[in-house]
Amino acid sequence: MAEGQMTKYKIVAIGGSAGSLDVILKIISAAALPVSLAYVIIIHRKNDPSSILTELLASRSPLAVKEVEDKESITTGTIYIAPPDYHLLVEDYYSFSLDSSEKVHHSRPSIDVSFESIASVFGPTAIGILLSGANADGAEGLKKIRLAGGYTIAQDPKDAEVAYMPQQAILADAQILIAGSDQLAGEIIRIVNS
Amino acid sequence: MKETELITIRDEDLNLLLTEIFQRYGYDFTNYARASLRRRITRLMLIDRLPSFAELFYRVRNDENYFTHIIQQLTVNVTEMFRDPQMFKVLREEVLPVLATHPFIRIWHAGCSTGEEAYSMAILLEEANLLHKSLIYATDINPHVIENIQRGIFSMNHMKIYSENYILAGGRREFSSYYTAKYDWAKFDDRLKTRMIVATHNLVSDRSFNEFQLICCRNVLIYFDKDLQDKVLTLFDDSLDKLGFLVLGSKENIRFTKVASKYRQMENREKIWRKVK
Repeated sequence: MAEGQMTKYKIVAIGGSAGSLDVILKIISAAALPVSLAYVIIIHRKNDPSSILTELLASRSPLAVKEVEDKESITTGTIYIAPPDYHLLVEDYYSFSLDSSEKVHHSRPSIDVSFESIASVFGPTAIGILLSGANADGAEGLKKIRLAGGYTIAQDPKDAEVAYMPQQAILADAQILIAGSDQLAGEIIRIVNS
Repeated sequence: MKETELITIRDEDLNLLLTEIFQRYGYDFTNYARASLRRRITRLMLIDRLPSFAELFYRVRNDENYFTHIIQQLTVNVTEMFRDPQMFKVLREEVLPVLATHPFIRIWHAGCSTGEEAYSMAILLEEANLLHKSLIYATDINPHVIENIQRGIFSMNHMKIYSENYILAGGRREFSSYYTAKYDWAKFDDRLKTRMIVATHNLVSDRSFNEFQLICCRNVLIYFDKDLQDKVLTLFDDSLDKLGFLVLGSKENIRFTKVASKYRQMENREKIWRKVK
């Protein structure tokens, strides 16, 4: 993808909670998803060792899917999933780190924590997307991505299974793109190629 | 705008602070993973309502009492009993029977914080009838948190989860038989700590102090950069008997580290390695 390599964007961070799994599956199954970036998914979930989330996502996406381990390198064309019971941070452009400190918004992983970390490291090269959920987690972090020069999108609350989380993001920051679940993958492709 | 949005710590400032802490107090945080350390410092500034980085720096430089507080805040002290119960189940079923063949068992919980895992281990050992011939060394960098290990007192709020974890880890007794509940606190039976040795130990600067058959260091290496991880793993290697066991956190790995070739991961998905060379 020659045009994809010209993009300034390096990372897409997607946060979701209740009702977000189907939307995530829609996004990551898009055949034309640019491979010039890395994707990070932070989803609230129970720490269940028998969870098949990674396998489920891997079975639906053309890209490689990995649950992050400590100091995992960040490679383009890969979808990374925050492991349960850890906050996911980025050390620099090239590696993740994990943190098992206090929960934020009753959540670990917390979307705010990852978004803030991505905003501070990736600045204008980050795209942040916040999906359906019943929690205020992610709203502030998304704003930080935008203030650092990144691009931010909230799932249209009308189209979200649980509207609260994207609503909080829109309330926190008016300068946010609102898109329905069917448009999100298309928006990523459009932003990256613009 | 909220306060949190105003705090950004520049790399130069962070380096300056870490140098000051090292020179004045002897604690070396320079090889801690930066992303997490930055969060801890930001959090500290919010909790203590420090308006600027300069203010923080001034306090560190001039107030020794404040520094003991900083040590507590910069290190993460989140832990639980039987966290990742499956791992404890493997310890119970596959590792303890091997340790049982030794006349004497020495276990090191490195970076054990408030001691929940040391108590979990004591319970496993007691149920395997091994506690009497074991010694559990529980160490942490933070002198304040290890005081709690001596007390053996934990918040009652967590007992429901710990009890569930205990059962998932193969426990068959009443978990509540291990403690006495008093108001909001659970005091664990003193017999569990009779075989515990509690001490401060700094993984960055202190050396090996004994040989062990099992070293448990979970969710500590995640706060270190790769160089420091290598150094600490070498310290563990120097402190572990041949055929001893090394237990790490569920997302930690010794792959790509200096000691990797000397260890073989046990044949399950848990983060338990055996020293083979």
